[in-house]
Amino acid sequence: MATVTLTPKKVPSLRLEADNITPDVFAGKSAAEIAGLHVFTGNTQELLGDYFTVAGSAGATAAETSIVIDGDASRVKYIGMKMSAGDILVKGNADMYVGAWMLGGKITVKGSIDAFAGTGMTGGEIIVDGDAGNYLGAAYRGDWRGMQGGLIRVGGNAGSDIGTFMRGGEIIIGGNTDVHVGTHQEGGRIVVKGDCKSKVGGQMVEGEIIVFGDIEVMMPGFQYRNDVDLEVDGSEATFALYEGDVGERHPKRKGDVVFGKLYLKY
Amino acid sequence: MAKLVTDVVCPFCGTLCDDLEVSVTDDGKKILDVYNACAIGAEKFLHSQASDRITRPRMQDEDGNWKDVSYDEAVEYTAKILADAKKPLMYGWSSTNCESQAVGTQIGEVTGAIMDNTATVCHGTTLIAVQDVGIPSCTLGEVVNRADRIVFWGCNPAHAHPRHMSRYSIYPRGFFTGKGQKSRKLVVIDPRCTDTSKLADYHLQIEQGRDYELFDAFRVAFKGEKLPDTVAGIPKKTIYEVAETMKSGRFGIIFFGMGVTQSLSKNHNIDAAISVTRDLNDYSKWSIMPMRGHYNVTGSGEVWGWLHGFPFALDLSRGFARYNPGDTTSNDLLRRDEVDAVFVLGSDPGAHFPFGSVKKIWGLPSVCIDPHITPTSAVCKLHVPVAFVGVETGGCAYRMDNVPIECRKVVEPPEGMLTDEEFLKKVLTRVKELKGA
Amino acid sequence: MAEYLIRNGFVYDPVLGIDGDKKDIAVKDGKIVETTALSKPTEINAAGMTVMAAGVDVHAHVAGPKVCVGRNFRPEDKLFNSTPQAGIKRMEGGFSVPTTLRTGYNYARMGYGFVMEAAMPPLFARHVHEEIRDTPIIDEAALPVFGNNWFVLEYLKNKEIENTAAYIAWLLRVTKGFGIKNVNPGGTEAWGWGMNCETVNDVVPYFEITPAEIIRGLIEANEYLGLPHCMHVHGNSLGEPGNYTVTLDTLKQAEGYTAKNDFGRDTVLHHTHLQFHSYGGTSYSSKGFESKSKEVMDYVNKQDNITFDLGVVTLDETTTMTADGPFEHHLSHMNHLKWANVDVELETAAGVVPFIYNPKSYIAGAQWAVGIELGLYAKDMMKTYITTDHPNAGPFTRYPRVIKWLMSRAAREHMLEKELKYGDSIRNTCYIGEIDRELTLFEIAQMTRAGPAKVLGLSHMFGSLRPGCEGDVAIYPYNPEAIDPSRDPELIERAFSTAQYLIKGGEMVVKEGDIVSNGSKRTFWVDCTTSENPQVQRDISEKFKRYYSVTEANYEVSGHHYVPNPYVIEVDASQ
Repeated sequence: MATVTLTPKKVPSLRLEADNITPDVFAGKSAAEIAGLHVFTGNTQELLGDYFTVAGSAGATAAETSIVIDGDASRVKYIGMKMSAGDILVKGNADMYVGAWMLGGKITVKGSIDAFAGTGMTGGEIIVDGDAGNYLGAAYRGDWRGMQGGLIRVGGNAGSDIGTFMRGGEIIIGGNTDVHVGTHQEGGRIVVKGDCKSKVGGQMVEGEIIVFGDIEVMMPGFQYRNDVDLEVDGSEATFALYEGDVGERHPKRKGDVVFGKLYLKY
Repeated sequence: MAKLVTDVVCPFCGTLCDDLEVSVTDDGKKILDVYNACAIGAEKFLHSQASDRITRPRMQDEDGNWKDVSYDEAVEYTAKILADAKKPLMYGWSSTNCESQAVGTQIGEVTGAIMDNTATVCHGTTLIAVQDVGIPSCTLGEVVNRADRIVFWGCNPAHAHPRHMSRYSIYPRGFFTGKGQKSRKLVVIDPRCTDTSKLADYHLQIEQGRDYELFDAFRVAFKGEKLPDTVAGIPKKTIYEVAETMKSGRFGIIFFGMGVTQSLSKNHNIDAAISVTRDLNDYSKWSIMPMRGHYNVTGSGEVWGWLHGFPFALDLSRGFARYNPGDTTSNDLLRRDEVDAVFVLGSDPGAHFPFGSVKKIWGLPSVCIDPHITPTSAVCKLHVPVAFVGVETGGCAYRMDNVPIECRKVVEPPEGMLTDEEFLKKVLTRVKELKGA
Repeated sequence: MAEYLIRNGFVYDPVLGIDGDKKDIAVKDGKIVETTALSKPTEINAAGMTVMAAGVDVHAHVAGPKVCVGRNFRPEDKLFNSTPQAGIKRMEGGFSVPTTLRTGYNYARMGYGFVMEAAMPPLFARHVHEEIRDTPIIDEAALPVFGNNWFVLEYLKNKEIENTAAYIAWLLRVTKGFGIKNVNPGGTEAWGWGMNCETVNDVVPYFEITPAEIIRGLIEANEYLGLPHCMHVHGNSLGEPGNYTVTLDTLKQAEGYTAKNDFGRDTVLHHTHLQFHSYGGTSYSSKGFESKSKEVMDYVNKQDNITFDLGVVTLDETTTMTADGPFEHHLSHMNHLKWANVDVELETAAGVVPFIYNPKSYIAGAQWAVGIELGLYAKDMMKTYITTDHPNAGPFTRYPRVIKWLMSRAAREHMLEKELKYGDSIRNTCYIGEIDRELTLFEIAQMTRAGPAKVLGLSHMFGSLRPGCEGDVAIYPYNPEAIDPSRDPELIERAFSTAQYLIKGGEMVVKEGDIVSNGSKRTFWVDCTTSENPQVQRDISEKFKRYYSVTEANYEVSGHHYVPNPYVIEVDASQ
């Protein structure tokens, strides 16, 4: 595994679009070649090397390439966008679109991230120690295919619109969330260790939402079924199982209507 | 002596009434009176006649003193701040014609700008919901001719779209609706009592911020499934009853406004209401329509739609169009310090944006193109007054149901004044020179 | 204007009967001329390439309200496929519903010069014209929809052909329209109440007229006026298994009518996207579905007054959009994706739903087969046109792929063997596996330019390289002497996707595959004069006063900014 270290040396005047910061693009390149990759500030094309000191060199493939951003990237967008393998470690914060449309590999952020992380992702892992913004693991606008695979784990809180149109994979939030969790969800699993405000599972077709804390206001389309004991992310507990959203359409499988499942811890 | 101009289109709200009559002096220079318009629409025409109207561009120095400049100087300043910027914001576009919007878009293409319209603080959430679930809708004449169920949700047309109820929704007698109001049942969903809710057969005084839950509850009720005792403060009995009223109509429509597009849940409120409308089409015929505000906000979404594929919040900075509200929307960009010049035409963000955003505009190179003195013109470095579209120049505008109507020129603008389109064409020529395009 | 001499290409011109001969083609002052008329031409070496008149598309949804709904409600259709501006070429975006800019550029890249927008809701005519105006290069026209229009329904119920014709002439003039489109006759009005007309004999609610009467009445009105194009119909029950009987009933309505016009058109009914209307069986499963392309074509081949276009399914993720409102509602229940609908007062409706023709599903593959079969069973290629009902069965940018399938049996076998999951079931339930025919370039030229130009009444301008025709010439990097369609079918698709040159109206707009000019596009419309008809004038005023939401005076599309470069075809029907 070869490591490329990017050390921030200049704060972008606006925000930096750096969709080239992925193991896939870096693979096979020297530090000088990586420093010569394009980044954008608005309509202006600049070089990655204008904003970061580049050390080390990439592996032959994405899978053999590690990227470390040794500092704050809170004004850098698109880190790890569309990456298929390898890993990225951000030692500070990161801006929007971390791991958007990600296919594989792993992104770790020690700080917090802004919105749209994991948009439309189909595989790989995004691990965030701090907080996440809105639209975590959601679909791109208009798409009915949101997060379809992979894992997103957030240590802190998350914003609103988590897992909108989610179809697969898993999102685990250590803290609380804002409104709208799993709206239009049609697969996959969302776990919230803390509290959710409201609008949880609205228009949900299938999939699972597990909440350890409270939901301030339940959706009227969820109906209590029974109690179940579950082991979730290493802890065992008894949950009340609700099914819904009964207002939404639902497929039938083996003659039975399949609903979304909302587990609420006692 | 006076002459009467008929079939005049009102350039105020998205209702775009086109039956106004305006009497003007024989020389075509002065408006004498306005007929058929609501109070707001009439004022729009009469205001253009104000004696203290600004007729020349003016620039503001650091101490806030204004100095008249020529249109040429205004073109130069505007072109320069746009050409110099890395990410200029070109905002507004809702109170102008489609021709100006198209020229403005070319300026945005050449300079790599953000193009955003007033939907960003209004029905942009509706546009997002439409992208998620679609929208079954119709033209307003369909409502006149067929509708026997009308729902007003989070809107108060009696005040915001004053002629809507008489022209299109509650009162008119149409082809299949010869009894007019008597053939229609009216449901109003609004936390407040309004002049609209007074007319309702059912007024659901919903708990604020619970619209998403209420519309979800309607969908549950259509299916005959069980509901909690109350949802959003409304007893379940009422919900079942109103659900049945909606299902039993022959042709129904939900009109909705800013009361729900910008309150908690935003696009999801509209998404849920569209889903309700979809469901209702399994029982009878239903449509849903946003009560668009500015008279041509709809048109700017159409122009950008056909040129670049998105109805608002377009980011052209990388040489092609991208779109993602939350990232490419004006207030997010201002709040996050992502733009370095501001151009406003046909809107008043100074009055409608959060104070934090307005402060950001104040700190940037900025131009406001507007016939009026507004809170926006007050915070911009350059104010360019222009002719009133729909009064002093014509052009295309799109009604709230997307029907395009050609606005009429009623009188001449004050001598020497440019229209939006003329000013923008000069700016386009100049930015092309500056950018070597 | 520039003069061009296109030298030594393999020329295909069905009108002149030129079948791949090496010839020189001359263009001067915007027209095709004799080579002797040139003085100082720019020479284009077309040796080893194929030369044809520019393509003519008889049916595509490229401009107007429902197209724009499709664009605006599908941001995901533009994700990662936009291309930046370059030189005079403006930025482009969109796959199944491209922006107007990309629409013009992509047609030009395919060597097309004229496109008919297939459905214009009259109340939205301004919108259609604004989009046409902003579509570069290609000439366009639009067909207003009439088959559910209240005036038409009321006049035809009383068998008033003359009044119907007078109303049509008026509407063409005020909307700047080209001809008569007839979508799901009667069914879309029924959709105003959430209903439909599923056969040609279903009675339209309230109006008490049948689709069959509407079709016949519109044919009669069309020939009464002598319009350039014939009545252009999208029949009832589109997309339904077993609908081929409805289709045959629809086509039979043309029996006994002959074309009367001054434009060289000899047919009275054009049935569009026949693929969607040639289904047998009772369901979409491999056990319940079958192709009826042969049965439909057995009838069509015997008639001399009918034309049709294919509407080939291209197996893409696309966006369906049609004035057949009830069909789109039905479709949204099948795939549960977003659904837009617009009902238009007194006139029509439209629906829009994204759709994925998945090669892994049986039905998408069977639909693909049906469309190709129609082209292969056709006997008169001057009456058979290539379309994808863009974007309904697939985007128009797939025409070159359709050409490949029609020209190469090997390409079809590859589909059945490799690309389609249910190739064997498709062989069993459709005819495609039995057909050896491979169309020739001459036949492709008939189907993509000479034929469509003729049925649109534009054969005096388009579809041929005869001196006097418009200077619209496409040059494709396709060497018919070197390429064997059975061995290299991919080369067909590649060549027709990227014209080496396109000369449009005498001006070079594509050079070595690149867009080098935004052209000088025109909007065609038909100005038809009829004798004074006070009754129709009165009816129009009455309907506007009582039932329209705009005033009569604000209905007409007028003003330079909507149709800045018109080409008006005048028709005198006052006799």
